[in-house]
Amino acid sequence: MTLRTTAPIAFVASALIACGGGGSASHTGSGDSAKTASSAAAVDLTGAGATFPYPIYSKWFADYAKQTSIRINYQSIGSGGGIRQLSEHTVDFGASDAPMSDDELSKAKGAVMHFPTVIGAVAVTYNLPSLQTPIRLTGNVLADLFLGHITKWNDSRIKAENPGVALPATDVLVVHRAEASGTTYIFSDYLSAVSPDWAKAPGKGKELSWPAGIGAKGNEGVAGQVKQTPGAIAYVELAFAKQNNLPTAALKNASGAFVAPSIESATAAAAGIADKLPNNTDYRISIVNAPGAGAYPIASFTWLLVYRNQTDATKAKKLKDFLHWYLHSGEASAASLDYAPLPDAMKTRLDARVDSVTAGDTA
Amino acid sequence: MPPTVLVADNGPGTVVRIHGRHVGDRIYRGAITFFAVCVPLLVALVAWEIAVAGWPTFRHFGLSFLTSSDWDLVKERFGAAPAIYGTLVSSAIALVIATPLAVGVSVFLSEFAPRWMRQPVGFLVDLLAAIPSVVYGLWGIFVLLPLLRDPVMPFLRDTLGLGKTPFFTGPAYGSSMLAAGLILAIMVLPYIASVSREVLLAVPRAQREAALALGATRWEAIWGAVLPYARSGIIGGIILGLGRALGETMAVTMLIGNRQEISASLLAPGYTMASLIANEFSEASSDAHLSALMAVGFTLLVITIIVNAIARWLVWRVGGGTASKPL
Repeated sequence: MTLRTTAPIAFVASALIACGGGGSASHTGSGDSAKTASSAAAVDLTGAGATFPYPIYSKWFADYAKQTSIRINYQSIGSGGGIRQLSEHTVDFGASDAPMSDDELSKAKGAVMHFPTVIGAVAVTYNLPSLQTPIRLTGNVLADLFLGHITKWNDSRIKAENPGVALPATDVLVVHRAEASGTTYIFSDYLSAVSPDWAKAPGKGKELSWPAGIGAKGNEGVAGQVKQTPGAIAYVELAFAKQNNLPTAALKNASGAFVAPSIESATAAAAGIADKLPNNTDYRISIVNAPGAGAYPIASFTWLLVYRNQTDATKAKKLKDFLHWYLHSGEASAASLDYAPLPDAMKTRLDARVDSVTAGDTA
Repeated sequence: MPPTVLVADNGPGTVVRIHGRHVGDRIYRGAITFFAVCVPLLVALVAWEIAVAGWPTFRHFGLSFLTSSDWDLVKERFGAAPAIYGTLVSSAIALVIATPLAVGVSVFLSEFAPRWMRQPVGFLVDLLAAIPSVVYGLWGIFVLLPLLRDPVMPFLRDTLGLGKTPFFTGPAYGSSMLAAGLILAIMVLPYIASVSREVLLAVPRAQREAALALGATRWEAIWGAVLPYARSGIIGGIILGLGRALGETMAVTMLIGNRQEISASLLAPGYTMASLIANEFSEASSDAHLSALMAVGFTLLVITIIVNAIARWLVWRVGGGTASKPL
């Protein structure tokens, strides 16, 4: 028997190896890279980072390559990876959904500038089939739902915000992101701003020690859980919610109005903050719970990260040209992919900021 | 992870050492030796690299890294107890469910099934091993979870009254330790079944015939004569399945609920070490976080090695004290 047992073991072992590699790598636009290879045109700039703005960035880089024949290769490896690669200077620019911390800035090889590109909003989605109109929630109620303090949908505090709506006695199931994510950062930034309880613990971050609920991977995973489970509540990117027609809650903003998530209300949130920015701002700013009647409260910039002092003058010129281009031509196409463009007032200020990038001062 | 080797040489007499006299033989032997040494070196290198990367975490948290349930990125406190617990429990559930099924399938195929059925059914069982893990996960999300949520979990908890024990309490969300254990059971079944089947087919005819000749029923012959003969091989198959269950990532991540909490209830969500690493590694940016994930990886490696060692010992024990002789 001894000899015969080896055959199935070899089979199973090889199957084991074959099934073991479940790693999911992010791919850059494969069509583009194929073209690059065949036309022998070298890539002019490389960048890496956030996955959330990847669709709009890849559209920008494709449009830009068509207009100027300057090729930009962007790898959506995640904000953390983008910051790491920029800090080690293995890419020409980084991209992140959360601003770099002071600690991260000090580790980079030189001063890093933040350039807001588009605004992302986080929508609160839920599964309450009996509701005809969007549910209305305040920041505090939302925090208590996610803290696990409110466990039934017919809680008196939810009823108070939704007069005349028949709320079911269903159990609340919180669904959150299992992996670190810029979406989680924005959402917890908002809850920390409106709820002192939340600010104490779990606080804000890309990944939290969640007091309640279950984790799912990615917007798809979270939305899948919510769709299947009556009584579930979760947060997803606005673009994702819109493209999948998910029900979204209207949230009470700082001015006391209930606002539904939309491209317009996200831009309005940025406008409310942009008007009050000091002249020397580094744009590492949070726009959650922004003032303004039409402002949606859970919104945030996403940033491109660029060294202030570029080592290569040719690359610096190309990079600055692109930064100007996105502020003018790029922003116009943002809404087509469900990203909110920057308010106009900010664009002119950022134009001046692009010019402050210098080149060739250091060896 | 290395599959447990069930086969040793057939005693001292059968090993023939080949002494090379020609240059070609020497080169051949040198090359083969080099490849043979490469594998353990590679394993050692991987273990060393992970250990070094995880060392800051072990030094900072000490034993509490293994016993604490606090995994808080904001405050940078790391405790892997829920993930360790989840890995062990989900694998245990998988084995408890898969082993009787797999052995049953093997006994049927080797003892009862008509000849024409053996090949196709055996092939289909083996095919389970070829399905990608993410497909199991998707099937789990769209078929298994809704079934568990209603009616299976409420049935277990309320109708059968298992809710009175601490193991089946709490709301039925679907995503749970039970779901992870069930999907793992399906995934490890072909490994156990495939090995068991081959081992049972290898049991000499004389073994069965002797039992039947003594007046044993079919059942008694299988239970008393065939299965004991194949015991160490079957245990080897179970160990192979266990190795697979401990390291399985994608499907478990999609079904277990990813919650850092130790709960006695199988209806509650949990976490495993492999899914913790898979979920967090791509977005881990701080050194402390990366180190903690490496430490989890090292812990998983050590647990796998320990489990494999116990398994080999078990095979050795069952084999009658000497690994080289099957009974």
